[in-house]
Amino acid sequence: MDPERKKVLERVAVSTFPDEVLERVLVQLKSHKDRSSVSLVCHSWYDAERFSRTHVFIANCYSVTPEIVSRRFPNIRSVSLKGKPRFSDFNLVPPKWGADIRSWLVMFAAKYPFLEELRLKRMTVTDESLEFLALSCPNFKGLSLLSCDGFSTDGLAAIATHCKNLTELDIQENDLNDKSGSWLSCFPENFSSLEVLNFANLSNDVNFEALERLVSRCKSLKVLKVNRNITLEQLPRLLIHAPLLTELGTGSFLQEHPACQYSELENAFNKCMNLNTLSGLSEVTALSLPALYPTCANLTFLNLSCAALQSGELAKLLVHCPCLRRLWVLDTVEDKGLEAVGSNCPLLEELRVFPTDPFDEDTFHGVTESGFIAVSYGCRRLSYVLYFCRQMTNAAVETIVQNCPDFTHFRLCIMNPWQPDYQTNEPMDKAFCAVVKTCTRLQRLAVSGLLTDLTFEYIGKYAKNLETLSVAFAGSSDWGMQCVLGGCPKLRKLEIRDCPFGNAALLSGLDKYESMRSLWMSGCKVTMNGCRLLAKEMPRLNVEVIKVDGSNESQADKVYVYRSVAGPRRDAPPFVLTL
Amino acid sequence: MPPDTTSESPGSDVTSTVFKDTELTLGLPGEARFSGGKTCSKRGFIERSMDLNLGDSSSSSSQTRGKILAGQDFSSESLVSGAGKPSAAKRQEVVGWPPVRSLRKRALEGCKYVKVAVDGAPYLRKVDLEIYNSYQELLRALEQMFMTCFAIRGNYVGEGGRKVMYPMKEMEYVPTYEDKDGDWMLVGDVPWKMFLESCKRIRLMKSSEAVGTLAPRTHPRSCTYEVAADQQLKAR
Repeated sequence: MDPERKKVLERVAVSTFPDEVLERVLVQLKSHKDRSSVSLVCHSWYDAERFSRTHVFIANCYSVTPEIVSRRFPNIRSVSLKGKPRFSDFNLVPPKWGADIRSWLVMFAAKYPFLEELRLKRMTVTDESLEFLALSCPNFKGLSLLSCDGFSTDGLAAIATHCKNLTELDIQENDLNDKSGSWLSCFPENFSSLEVLNFANLSNDVNFEALERLVSRCKSLKVLKVNRNITLEQLPRLLIHAPLLTELGTGSFLQEHPACQYSELENAFNKCMNLNTLSGLSEVTALSLPALYPTCANLTFLNLSCAALQSGELAKLLVHCPCLRRLWVLDTVEDKGLEAVGSNCPLLEELRVFPTDPFDEDTFHGVTESGFIAVSYGCRRLSYVLYFCRQMTNAAVETIVQNCPDFTHFRLCIMNPWQPDYQTNEPMDKAFCAVVKTCTRLQRLAVSGLLTDLTFEYIGKYAKNLETLSVAFAGSSDWGMQCVLGGCPKLRKLEIRDCPFGNAALLSGLDKYESMRSLWMSGCKVTMNGCRLLAKEMPRLNVEVIKVDGSNESQADKVYVYRSVAGPRRDAPPFVLTL
Repeated sequence: MPPDTTSESPGSDVTSTVFKDTELTLGLPGEARFSGGKTCSKRGFIERSMDLNLGDSSSSSSQTRGKILAGQDFSSESLVSGAGKPSAAKRQEVVGWPPVRSLRKRALEGCKYVKVAVDGAPYLRKVDLEIYNSYQELLRALEQMFMTCFAIRGNYVGEGGRKVMYPMKEMEYVPTYEDKDGDWMLVGDVPWKMFLESCKRIRLMKSSEAVGTLAPRTHPRSCTYEVAADQQLKAR
């Protein structure tokens, strides 16, 4: 027996609750929040928990070191890691900022050689790292890369070549170097364990015959998301081999030959009766869309964010999707399309409307407040919304939250910064006041439009369950941010850009930052001195300033503050100053 | 407590100050201002970003602001009255705003890939319409693309034994496209932006065949042609 473990057991010999039983019970616990609570009960529970934990979720890779993790949790099989601040998705973080997976992989090879699963978000991953992972962990089963960078299809080839037991390869929204599609052909001819394959992110052709053979060998394939180079004519040849599919991401849905292959397509979709998720559909037209109708009856998640559908086309499609719970669309569907959503999808819980062309207002009008209102009347269970629009009114939002008081995620993006209510010309304060007052379960909020400090007063006062707040081009003075930091008891992530908040605001949160995961402030009025003061007062926070070329010496252009037991970063690039 | 009044009425000091600062004005920074057209027009963003007083008017904050605007010059043309459409000057873009992942933007850009078939050529090409700004640019690019391919083919002989010459001479080829409704139209008929939206694929038709084949639905002959060409393309 592990000598450390023996010591632990001896220490709690007087406990009335045998450890073996405790561990058996704790192994059932999956939620990391529950596990955290359990570990705080007493020493013996702490130890029982740490030995029984098989999955660890690290929300900020710099908050802890690989050594600390491996010391505490010796039996990990699955790791999830998040790296860069979220605003790196929008080019606000310079390249080579950090969050390299390498040091973690070195630890995994030494301490977790039986690692099975790795899920990374916003990390830098090189091809060498991927190869190292594949070679160091012979049992490796599942790789998921979301919004990562630093690797190319060579790294995927290494995974395909060496991971004999791979069940999941999920490559999503990454900034990778797609050199060629030959990585797919690296799966050995006898390889058959894949259950999840998602390469929609990639732009090069894969060898279709190799893909066809792979799909037909992997009898347990449940999730298949191909890239847009796979044509509509090729799709049926994949579908007939994968009757168990529950999630499908198609390639191009452009019908090349009107008469020829339609029946084949229809037949193929008729066989896919287990689909609950559908995505892809790029270049879809009114001609090819009907082929989907039979398969939509059980759909719960429809992702049309790559398909520029018009309102009429969407309306016809939604008639066939009564069970929809999640819908992502482009704003090409316009308000009329959203009316169809309201009419046809009473079970809808999540709606995301993405802008087709954020910078060009001349071609599209997109969606307005009317569309949102229409959805709120028809979809009373709506709890998650992401809505990009060019105009909004306070009255509209008040109506919307009255219809749908159960919002947990409310992300409204009025695309012109500082834009007031277009009917009354007032700030959009009333809108967000209504949101936080009515939606008591609100966990995540993104605000936009012309906003004064009043919005933030309300947020601080009423948003008792708020965990994540995103603010851009809003507020009038330090007071706004002070209100948020003084209220919002459950706040974990605060990300702010281009707001008139300065040092007074920054320093008002001293008591709060250690209970938060992180704070991001860019384009605000915080100075280096303010940051230095914060760093001095709160030694257990990492206060990092990203210096932008050519900026004023005393200004802190981009500030990233986070709690950490790892101390200051040792891998910070020259443009990141740790104070 | 905030330094100003805590009154929640719209007329409170804080909101009215903000209002004044966001009032639409025209002209370059530093010039005399006069109030302009309707509120919150599409170009309101540019003016407001220059006018908005964020309290501290130190040089550093205005520098930050300049950075946000990517430090580009504003010509007076781009700030012309809100009634008209913007001229050639492109809208100024803020880094990372709206918060749409660049990969998503790129994914959508891919939507503008269309196949181009040329009568007499054995394979199709794909072009990304997004990279062109006008019909002229597109047609010039197509000319280059297919002239090269014909040059490589050397003594390729077209359908019916006809020798292929410069494929893009107006007499020889007529550029047509299939729109979203399945109709074949003449390239250049509609404004460029509308073309971008609705074009599904392009076919450079021999002008002798173009007569009488446009507007009515795609005839089966062109369908078979594309099948043959497509298969050749896949065989490569």
